[in-house]
Amino acid sequence: MLGFAHLFASRLVKAVAILIAIVVMNFFLVHAAPGDPAMVMAGEAGAADERFVAQLREQFGLDRPLYEQLGTYVGKIAQGDLGFSYRQQRPVWDILAERLPATLVLTLTAFVLALALGVALGTLAAVTVGTWADSAITVVALLAYATPIYWIGLMLSLLFSIQLGWLPAFGYETIGAGYTGLAHAADVAAHLILPVITLALFYMASYARLTRASMLEVRGLDFIKTAKAKGLSQSRIVTRHVLRNAILPVITVAGIQAGQLVGGSILIETVFAWPGIGRLAFEAVLQRDYQVLLGIFLVTSIMVILFNILTDILYGLVDPRIQVSQ
Amino acid sequence: MTTPLLDVPLLDVRGLSIALPPGADRPLAVDNLTFTLNPNEILCVVGESGSGKSMTAHAMMGLLPAPHVRVAGGSLLFKGRDVLTMPEAEQRSLRGGRIAMVFQEPMTALNPLMRVGRQIGESLREHTTLPPAARRARVVELLAQVGLPNPAELADAYPFRLSGGQRQRVMIAMALACQPDILIADEPTTALDVTTQKQILDLIRAIQAERHMGMMFITHDFGVVAEIAHRVAVMRHGKLVEYGAASDVLNRPQHPYTRQLIASVPHYIEHRDDHTKSGAPLLVAERVRKVFQVGGGLFRKSKPVVAGDDLSLTIHPGETVGLVGESGSGKSTLGRSIVGLIKPDSGRILFEGTDLLALDRKGFRPYRRLVQMVFQDPYASLNPRHRVGDIVAQGPVAFGEDRGRALARARELLAMVGLDGSAADRYPHEFSGGQRQRIGIARALAMEPKLLVADEPVSALDVSVQGQVLELLDDIRKRLNLAMLFITHDLRVAAQVCDTIAVMRRGKIVELGTAREVFTHPRDAYTRSLLDAIPGKAWHIPDDLQTAKAEAH
Repeated sequence: MLGFAHLFASRLVKAVAILIAIVVMNFFLVHAAPGDPAMVMAGEAGAADERFVAQLREQFGLDRPLYEQLGTYVGKIAQGDLGFSYRQQRPVWDILAERLPATLVLTLTAFVLALALGVALGTLAAVTVGTWADSAITVVALLAYATPIYWIGLMLSLLFSIQLGWLPAFGYETIGAGYTGLAHAADVAAHLILPVITLALFYMASYARLTRASMLEVRGLDFIKTAKAKGLSQSRIVTRHVLRNAILPVITVAGIQAGQLVGGSILIETVFAWPGIGRLAFEAVLQRDYQVLLGIFLVTSIMVILFNILTDILYGLVDPRIQVSQ
Repeated sequence: MTTPLLDVPLLDVRGLSIALPPGADRPLAVDNLTFTLNPNEILCVVGESGSGKSMTAHAMMGLLPAPHVRVAGGSLLFKGRDVLTMPEAEQRSLRGGRIAMVFQEPMTALNPLMRVGRQIGESLREHTTLPPAARRARVVELLAQVGLPNPAELADAYPFRLSGGQRQRVMIAMALACQPDILIADEPTTALDVTTQKQILDLIRAIQAERHMGMMFITHDFGVVAEIAHRVAVMRHGKLVEYGAASDVLNRPQHPYTRQLIASVPHYIEHRDDHTKSGAPLLVAERVRKVFQVGGGLFRKSKPVVAGDDLSLTIHPGETVGLVGESGSGKSTLGRSIVGLIKPDSGRILFEGTDLLALDRKGFRPYRRLVQMVFQDPYASLNPRHRVGDIVAQGPVAFGEDRGRALARARELLAMVGLDGSAADRYPHEFSGGQRQRIGIARALAMEPKLLVADEPVSALDVSVQGQVLELLDDIRKRLNLAMLFITHDLRVAAQVCDTIAVMRRGKIVELGTAREVFTHPRDAYTRSLLDAIPGKAWHIPDDLQTAKAEAH
């Protein structure tokens, strides 16, 4: 287990270094875009007076040299202060904290569902390779993979909300219903079903395809022949020998995708009017709300790094050879 | 169940036929095969690749790649009952329980993600009612029986921690777990070094004798046959061509194919006469040293692995120097350094007096032409998308030769290595392993080299093909007065082609001398142990076959 602690410690140190680099890069990236919030605000206020703009800049520290702005920013981040959104007149952390749970609930549910269903379907397809079941799974996976995600979302909501009226078409909860406790949870769950399915379908398709291909490859390896020669049952060979080895590439891909889920659900959040981080980011870009944007970048970066560490740990648990090569 | 009948053989194969899918090179992989296996007997099934020997074993274990390959006829009787018509559940209880199998490739035959103890325990879990604690005790006991150190600790190790020989011992322990009546071993020592091979053969023989198992041992190596067989079955193209007691088949082979196989067995006694060195040496390697840094990371220092240390040897024009050693001895490192694929850390490699290591890329270029390499794997070393003629002509064209002329020369060379005229317009996959190695040799010769570095050029080939390729190399050497560095793990092969032998161990040359000296009066203890480990030393190839072989030369 010493190797394991080692692995974890080295990952953590690298993660901190990466995070600092990301913070600095984010800052410059945002400042590389033309126009600043003072201009936008002045434009919206209708009075494009030079003096007013200069006053706004001074008020928000935008007139300071770039390195000074960077220093202030990094210093505050280190203290856990993500800054203040002058557009919304609220601390950035409060805005994020309000939106983050909605996105996490949506994406994590979709991710877990996609992974479980995808691996199960991929396994089924690999075990029944060449039969109608395999063909059906392959076709469904291909369709889900190729169809634009927003189109699936629109069609599902057309069918299940508008035609059948079974599920709510948009939103996080029924506004003004004032549900509490279990009733509230059930309400959110009902709102969750369509966006989760829409998001999960795409990922499920890619996991199913990957699992199938990986299992077919592992199935031809020598140690599967050894397992058969031991007289093991088909189910034990599939679960203990084939799947265990075939899951490695799936973990790699899922780990990368899990990190992107938080930032990558903009389309779904837009289609289903889901009040999450994705839409917040979209609005912040339009309004040039630097502080909020930087906050979102930071949070999504942390998510990516976190999921990468989780993936590495999981990989180390599943594949004992990893700890040695590190 | 049935009472044991003493007159019923353990295994009775009657008229077994295995069909290949349509479009294969022949309709039947195994054609009307009949043989028996008795308790307390080692039956060696001998044949070259594609002879159907492994297919037979796979059919017994229900491992044929269904539905493409299937049993087309005949029966496989285990203690009088046909395995082929048994229900699947009953077949499974035989598999690993009564009939167990050890495979060729110990490096890939174990699940890399499962502790070896568990992999052995799986067999017990399937076929016995032992509780987990008793299974664990039995696993440790088995690991001890196959001669592994610290069995209790080793049971918890993952396969990648074990060497090839250790893994093969684990495979044997796994096969023995349920005290099978029959042990099938499919080339169990082919992938191992010669000294490890000897240990594993000794182990297999001891275990077989102790447990009175019936054993089917598949091999292509008559040396191994001579070492362990009680009876021998020789197969060719799916048919049984000769079958009888080991002493008869080995010493009085009847079928022409058996005679041909035995005649092509390299025998270490027949080393070369001394080579008369003439003129200045072509290549001198002086104190060459190469250290690889393995591993390393943010928190860990890399580990130095000495692949070559203080390596010195000379090669004269027309001389063949053999570099012999086991895997990991550093023999390929020296070969690759000479060709310029690896840059040694120190030392000198003088080619006609010029130090190759001191040259820059541009300065080295002319020498790339003069030193050519023939690679081990004829399947992986030819670009599958290029025509054979182009493959051979590419080198000279890269050095400014006119394309038309280079292609014409390529055809000449292909004819010289024994391929027909149409070969130049075909693709590598249309050729057999031996033919591909001929193409590899033609490619090297196209550059008109002075020195040929051959890295295990025949170890991927069947014995009879091996003999032909070695003859070709020898013929070319004589005709073109080529010098050759011949890298091999097989002392018997080295004895056939080398004038001078350098024995390597752990990055060092432990013995260097003429083939005659090294084979008749080895000075180093390691050389002696290598010679001692050659299988089938006690057996002498029948005289009439030896003379037939000598005449062929």
